[in-house]
Order: sequence, then C-alpha cells, then structure tokens
Amino acid sequence: MAATPTTQNLPTVTAYELKLAWPLGAFFIVFFLAPLVLLFIVSLYTDTTMTHFGLTQYAKFLLDPFSLKVLGATLWLGVEVTALCLLLGFPLAYVYLRVPGWAQSVLILIVLLPLLTSVVVRTFAWIVILGRQGIINTALLELGLIDSPLRLLYTEGGVIVALAQVQMPLMVLPLITALTRIDPNLADASAALGAGAWRTFWKVTLPLTLPGVIAGCLLTYAAALSAFITQTLVGGGQMLFMPMYLYQQASTLNNWPFAAAISFIFLVAVFAVITVFNMLGKISQGYANA
Amino acid sequence: MQGFRRRMTAAPSTGQSLVIDAVTQRYGAFFAVDHVSLDIKAGELVALLGPSGCGKTTLLRIIAGFILQSEGHVVIGDRLMDGLPPNRREVGIVFQNYALFPHMTIADNIAYGLAARGVAADEQKTRVKDMLALIKLDHIADRFPKQLSGGQQQRVALARALAVKPNILLLDEPFAALDKNLRLDMQIEIKRIQRLAGTTAVLVTHDQEEALSMADRVAVLNAGRLEQYAPPTEVYDAPKSLFVNTFVGTANTLPGKVVALNGEATVALDIGGDIKTRAPTVPVAVGDRVTVCMRPEHLRLADSGEGIAGIVEMGLPLGPSIVHEVRTADGRALKVTEPRAAGAQPRAPGSAVRVRTVGANVISIFPAAAA
Repeated sequence: MAATPTTQNLPTVTAYELKLAWPLGAFFIVFFLAPLVLLFIVSLYTDTTMTHFGLTQYAKFLLDPFSLKVLGATLWLGVEVTALCLLLGFPLAYVYLRVPGWAQSVLILIVLLPLLTSVVVRTFAWIVILGRQGIINTALLELGLIDSPLRLLYTEGGVIVALAQVQMPLMVLPLITALTRIDPNLADASAALGAGAWRTFWKVTLPLTLPGVIAGCLLTYAAALSAFITQTLVGGGQMLFMPMYLYQQASTLNNWPFAAAISFIFLVAVFAVITVFNMLGKISQGYANA
Repeated sequence: MQGFRRRMTAAPSTGQSLVIDAVTQRYGAFFAVDHVSLDIKAGELVALLGPSGCGKTTLLRIIAGFILQSEGHVVIGDRLMDGLPPNRREVGIVFQNYALFPHMTIADNIAYGLAARGVAADEQKTRVKDMLALIKLDHIADRFPKQLSGGQQQRVALARALAVKPNILLLDEPFAALDKNLRLDMQIEIKRIQRLAGTTAVLVTHDQEEALSMADRVAVLNAGRLEQYAPPTEVYDAPKSLFVNTFVGTANTLPGKVVALNGEATVALDIGGDIKTRAPTVPVAVGDRVTVCMRPEHLRLADSGEGIAGIVEMGLPLGPSIVHEVRTADGRALKVTEPRAAGAQPRAPGSAVRVRTVGANVISIFPAAAA
C-alpha cells in the first residue's frame, strides 16, 4: 500500500535527525557499547585470573543444569509477572477510558505511584505486608480464617505480586494509549450491527489494542527480569534469579569471566524473547494504522 | 446483483415505519431534544435538518439506542424500542467517518453484522456477494478500508449497514467528509440503493440542499424543537417559521407593521412603502410588528416606479442568473436573483433601483421576535 499523501509531502529530515542524535549516540557508545564490548572480552577468558582465551565459561553455563534452571526460572518469572500485569492492567485501562476526568487523574496517580517511590522503600513495604507478622497474616489470624501464619514472603508468588505492582504503569500506559486511539464509533457500529458487548470486545476492541498489548508486555517483561532488588529482598535467599546469580559470581566469588558469560547468555536469551514479541507486534501493526 | 434484485422484488419493502412520540432529551435544565414527534412511513427517507446543536444527532442516537431518552417513545414497526440496547433494535447506521473496522477486509466488514446474528456461513457469503455487487465493489472485496477512497468507504459502510436488512437505516451526516462532486454522485447512489432495498431511512444533515434533494420529507429542527415537518418543496415554498425561512434557502428580511388582513396581508415597511404578502402561517393581528421574508429569486429590479428604493452595491453574473446586492435607505442589504437573458450585463454599482416582488403569494410574514 502506498504511503498516505501526508507522509509523502513531508520534507526529508534525515540529515537533521542524524546530527541531533550525535550527543546521545556518543553517550551510548562510551557508556553502553564500550562496556558491553569489554564485558564480552572478559567473558572469553577461561580462568578467573584472566590469562587464557576460550569458550569454557559459556560451555560451563550451558552444560550446568543448575545454571540453566536459574535462567529458565528467570525467564519464566518474567512471563508470570507480565501475564499478571496484563490480566490486571487491561481492565484498569478499559475502566480508565470510561470514567470522568477527575477519576482518570486519581487512577493515573495510583498507577504511577510505585514509580514515584524509592525501590528500597517500596520493597520493604512489601516485606511488611507479606511477612509472618505482616498485615495480611495478622488480619487473617485475627479474623480466625487461619490458625498459623501463611508463608507469603520469600515465595515466588510474593515476588510476582511485588514485581507486578512496580511494573504496572509500564503495562497500563501503553494500553491506555492504544485504547484511546480506537474510534469510539467502532463500538457503536458493532452494537448497531447486532453484536453484544463480548463480541465487540473480542472482534473489535482487543484486535485493535494488540499493538499496545505487545508494547506493554515488552516493557513489563524486560523490567521484571532485571528487577534485582525486588527479586532479592522479596524472594529471599531460597530463590535465585539471573541478576543475583551473576552478582554472586562477580562480587562474592570474584569469578569475573563467568559472570560476564552469564550476562551475555542472559542478554541473548532476553533478546530472543523480545524478538518474538516484536514479531507479534509487527504482525499486529497493520491494525493500528486505521 | 441479479440475486439481490430477485430477493428485493420478492419482498419489495424491508423497511418498517418509525414513530417518534414526544421524545425529549434533557441534560439538567437544557433540552437537547424538546418534545419532538415524527411519523415516518415504511420506505420513506426523512431528513433531520438543522444547524449544529439543534438536537438532530441526539435524536438519531436515541433512535439507534445509544442514548435512552428522558421522555417519550420510539416505535419501530409495531415494537416499542424504549430501553432496548442498540444490538437488539435492528437498526443500521452509517457514521460520518464511516467507522469501518480497520483490521477487517471490506468483505469481512459487510459480513460482521451477519455473523453477529448467527447467519450460516454460506448464507453470509451470498449476502456479502450481493451487497458488494450492489455497491459495485465486488472486484476489491479483499482490500482493507484504508486502501479505499472516501466514496468507496462510504459505500462499504452503507453495504455493511444494509447487509443485515435493518428495519431502519440511519445516516449520520454521511456526505460531510466527501468533496462536492463526489457528494452529489453518492447522494444519488445512496438514494438509489435505499429505494432498491426499500429501507426506511433517516438522514441527519446540516446541509439544506442535501436534505431538499434526497428526502421525501424534511424535519427542520432548531434548538431541540421541531419547526416544520413537510415535503421539501413545502418547506421551501411555505416555511412555517422565520427560522425555517432563513435556514432553508436564503431570505431577505425587512421589519414592518401589519396594516390590513384580508386573505393576504398588507405590511407597512419601516423603510417606507407597503408590501402585499400571503396569509400568515402564524396568526397575527392588524397593528402587530412582523418580519417580512422575501427570497432573492422572488424579487425583481426596476429603474423607477413602485418598489423599495435602493442603490446597487454589486452585481454578479452567475451564468443562468444575475445576483444583485441592493443597499436600502436604512442600510440593509437585499439580495435579488433574476434570470439572465443572453448578453445581459449586471447593473453598474451606484445605480438607483426599485426592488419589487413577483407576487404576494411567495412573500411570508412572521411575528417579529419579542425584543
């Protein structure tokens, strides 16, 4: 399909774009790309004193069931957090569009609040809520619903809930944007053609929101995987995820080459997941440019 | 096409009558629609005409079921619609922006309502094919809406609405987004399809030409109230109110006072001179202040003699007619449209003229607004 007249008539601005992108580009090269290259070189050493080159670190990780289990658990944790965010975030975004202006401000504030709070404060708040003597256990005990405190803290469920709270804005904001872009007449047209609310949702609203769903999932997933502090403090010592795993190798065991290799394997694994997400996004892109 | 024709002739009218009974829509103290009653016959095309904010779109949304009216009733056929959601009203809508589903092909768009009603798949296919033939787009059934021109999108929107054989077809300013040449083509096209399908249709528009040319009857709305409900020629020739007279077509207005009433009326104009008019549609008494409404094509210019004295400000030769703007002694501008003979030139600006009417039966008077 040919471009629309508006895009055809736009002047070519590539020259400006490149010039203006230089400061940020330089920043990224010095502080992101260069360290990454260094990291990769470090990962190619076979021993902790960094004297011999070889691929033994990668082999060590990929042949070690424990390491693979940590990688799998981390990637799966991201899926669970993303799914929970989507499950809770979609109705929230849907409600957001249907409430008056003042209620929208309140909803956005509630959604953004986790981002405005320090990660450490927020995480200790979750410990207070989920702990053995925490708010939930105390309330349930007082109500006589349970006889002994439930184990909430230091469980995967606890980590998922705490992460979902933090990542919620990353899911809800793209969803709201996508829902806002849908012509309200479409729902009316669907209803007038005899479709009930569910049919309108599945056949019209959801397909047209897919780009927002993909974007939200991408952001949430990437953020959940690397949330070092929340994973560690709420998860406790029993659960090991990739960020903590490589931190232990680097800081505690001083095994820099292995830590670097873990980083790279993690990077590639996350990259693979995100590429799949992105492909889904490309497929659904056609829907958005109505 | 053949299949569709056959079915149409077998059941010539799928449309139902529509009764709007004292429908009122209130927002606090504001009346968006104020006790409007309309009786629309099966197969009829009625235009709701009025300026923006007159309540015509609100009324349309009430008929469709998107808004529940504060008072009054909507009856389609013999079914009372009050409280029924839009998806159970059997009403088709064509929106101003068409509201086609952007992620579906035009064939899928047309099939949408059929699928929602649980029509069998092969029956859906036949119906979609018939509709595509009707709108002459069968060669591009697999395109997406954004790949279509405005006129094509509109035809798809119409086909989508008609595919489910609605009892009533609602058209919400469907031509507003089209350019002028295409608009006339589409007006003819839609009228053709509406006739062929025998559907009762309600057209919302602020364009008087569109209303007059397309509708069997025109309902003129102003500030939520129904001003007149009559065939187009009657609305134009015998407007029931000053608003209708000035909104539909153009009208020169002059203030005056009624001096005689005997079948027709005689009004003494404030700028001097008497003028004979037809019997008032709104009762007035001798001595009442009135507004005299004269359409430009009902006025003629003369060099001297009887008539309202004025000075030509401008003359525009428009081909078949000549329009003059004449400034009267009290500074009012009168528009005069006369047929133009071959070779006739407009009068020179500054020339003194007399403005006469072509007859009393085309001049209307309405009580002057109390102010």
